[in-house]
Amino acid sequence: MITAGIDCGAKNTKTVIVRDGKIIAQVAVATGFDQEASVEKSLRNAAESAGIFMEDIDKIYGTGSGKESITMAEDTINDIKAMGKGAIYFFPKARTVADVGAEEGRAAKLDDTGNPIDFAINEKCAAGAGAFIEAMGRALETPLEELGPLALTTDKQVPMNAQCAIFAESEVVGLIHAKTPKNEISKAIHDAMASRIVSMIRRIGINEDLVMIGGVSYNPGFLSAIKRELKLAHIYIPEKPEFGSAVGAAVAAAESCAI
Amino acid sequence: MLANYGYKDASGDFFITIDTDKCNGCSECVSACPMSCFEVLDEDPNDPLREDPVAIVSPVKKKSLKYECGPCKPTADPSPLPCVQACPRQAVSHSW
Amino acid sequence: MTEETKQEFWRWTESNYRNPDLDWNSAKHITVGVDVGSVSSQAVIMADGAVLAYGNMRTGADSPNSARNALKYALDAIGDMPEERMDYCIGTGYGRVNVPFADRSITEIACHARGANFIYGPQVRTVLDVGGQDIKAIQCDERGKVTHFLMNDKCAAGTGRGMEVFADLLGVPIQKVGDRSFDYKGEEPEAVSSTCVVYAKSEATGLLRKGWSKEQVLAAYCKAMAERIYALIERVGVKAEFAVTGGMAKNRGVMDRVMPMVGLDRMQTDYDTQIAGAAGAALFGYALCQKGKGRKK
Repeated sequence: MITAGIDCGAKNTKTVIVRDGKIIAQVAVATGFDQEASVEKSLRNAAESAGIFMEDIDKIYGTGSGKESITMAEDTINDIKAMGKGAIYFFPKARTVADVGAEEGRAAKLDDTGNPIDFAINEKCAAGAGAFIEAMGRALETPLEELGPLALTTDKQVPMNAQCAIFAESEVVGLIHAKTPKNEISKAIHDAMASRIVSMIRRIGINEDLVMIGGVSYNPGFLSAIKRELKLAHIYIPEKPEFGSAVGAAVAAAESCAI
Repeated sequence: MLANYGYKDASGDFFITIDTDKCNGCSECVSACPMSCFEVLDEDPNDPLREDPVAIVSPVKKKSLKYECGPCKPTADPSPLPCVQACPRQAVSHSW
Repeated sequence: MTEETKQEFWRWTESNYRNPDLDWNSAKHITVGVDVGSVSSQAVIMADGAVLAYGNMRTGADSPNSARNALKYALDAIGDMPEERMDYCIGTGYGRVNVPFADRSITEIACHARGANFIYGPQVRTVLDVGGQDIKAIQCDERGKVTHFLMNDKCAAGTGRGMEVFADLLGVPIQKVGDRSFDYKGEEPEAVSSTCVVYAKSEATGLLRKGWSKEQVLAAYCKAMAERIYALIERVGVKAEFAVTGGMAKNRGVMDRVMPMVGLDRMQTDYDTQIAGAAGAALFGYALCQKGKGRKK
């Protein structure tokens, strides 16, 4: 059986194709302003990458903030369920999952099938999402892929008072003017962001192994701050964390066929 | 005076309201809050001509109440809030 | 575009004023209020509780200098009064604890209520102040004493800073934002749906790409600002009379969209609405002097 999961996010649209429980394609395209076109493109590219025809796909499930644009999907599942199913697919022992994407942060407590028991969401405010780190990177004139590693090169604590991304930008500019070293500013940015996500995880109660998905999970500065605050030795992260919810959608589609 | 400390952002309303007509500055909320969100001042900063002690939400905490108050608001089985319970005059309330 | 020309988009005019009918020589108490905001700083000099002079300037890189400059600007308007003549000075606003020559500081909540009561009259019950980095909604009694308030300084949505980000994005000078938003002659567009300024910015970029004119986007954003501001006013409630202070009072693109939601007429004044906080501070100084709690000499 072949199923596809499409996660139409604020920044990227991700398609995952699963055949008999194995991932055979993972493709991301920029969402851009025409969501429907990006959805189509990502699905077409994924089918091509898997070496299958579109007709070979038995069922398609959509998820993500732009799920309404996934017109070819048989059904849509909510973002919390998608991230739960995705986490369990990679780490069957996972009972707590956090998903930090470009415009949203989420955390959920799971049962043993990946269904959410409890969840918390940071939405509609850039302070609790990847957009915060991106905006700070622009203020620091540092590309994202350098910003995270930079935070690991210092232990110094510089306080950041602003919560709002817009106000924090001005604060970062102020720190630059005050000649604060870039790595210290970077650490302050990641610590501030991590503390918001940690508070969300603590609200639902951290329970056994923590899985993180979503694009921000690539950021080592962010991960290190999360581990420090939660006193965790390890966080479980799939190889390509940005596809976590798309995998969850594909898995849910397969489960619905099996019933 | 109803003093609303906190904020409204795109994700919701996060205000702690202190009714300063009820508050007598007894400090019970200060000791009850596990995150040290309250302070008692000798004079109400928003009513400088009145000269009685009053509780306020700490200026360093008021912009992050959603997160500061998180531990007292678990998503599953929340229990009554310590600050609200501790106040003998029912002067403290939360908007969320 | 160079940094300098970019910054011009959110500049406004500085001004100072002297009341020609007052003589400082015959005043018993000269009190000063200095309001150091994130964008602008004001100094109001009062002679026995009446406005003698004021200065309204942009806030510079640091609060102490901004406070000093605003005071000097107000003193310049008088011309011949030495700084030593001032009996008591109170700092307020975002930079209030950094006013080096102030005897004490008082919150902007207290000062704005008191100042609005002064510049608009004792009938004022609801005061809205939209500043560069915050929104304050205040209810007060006939003496200008605060009875209910909220201040939102955590989130940029609805603040002057949010508007600056848009003015900058669209390349429209901040003073022209209001008028330009009414230059769009089509049907009033739906408000920009994202509250968060970061997300509203990407939404606006999308609208421009869809072919919307700058004016149409401005109209949609002014409307979003108005809805946001009204949501905060609603929390403390609206009681007549209704007064607006602060810089945003001058932006009709936002205010003309807020007022129909409030459902009341906005009180009018000949004073510069930006001096409310500093005027309130000077009045508190006067009240303290009268109570014998002025500066120990």
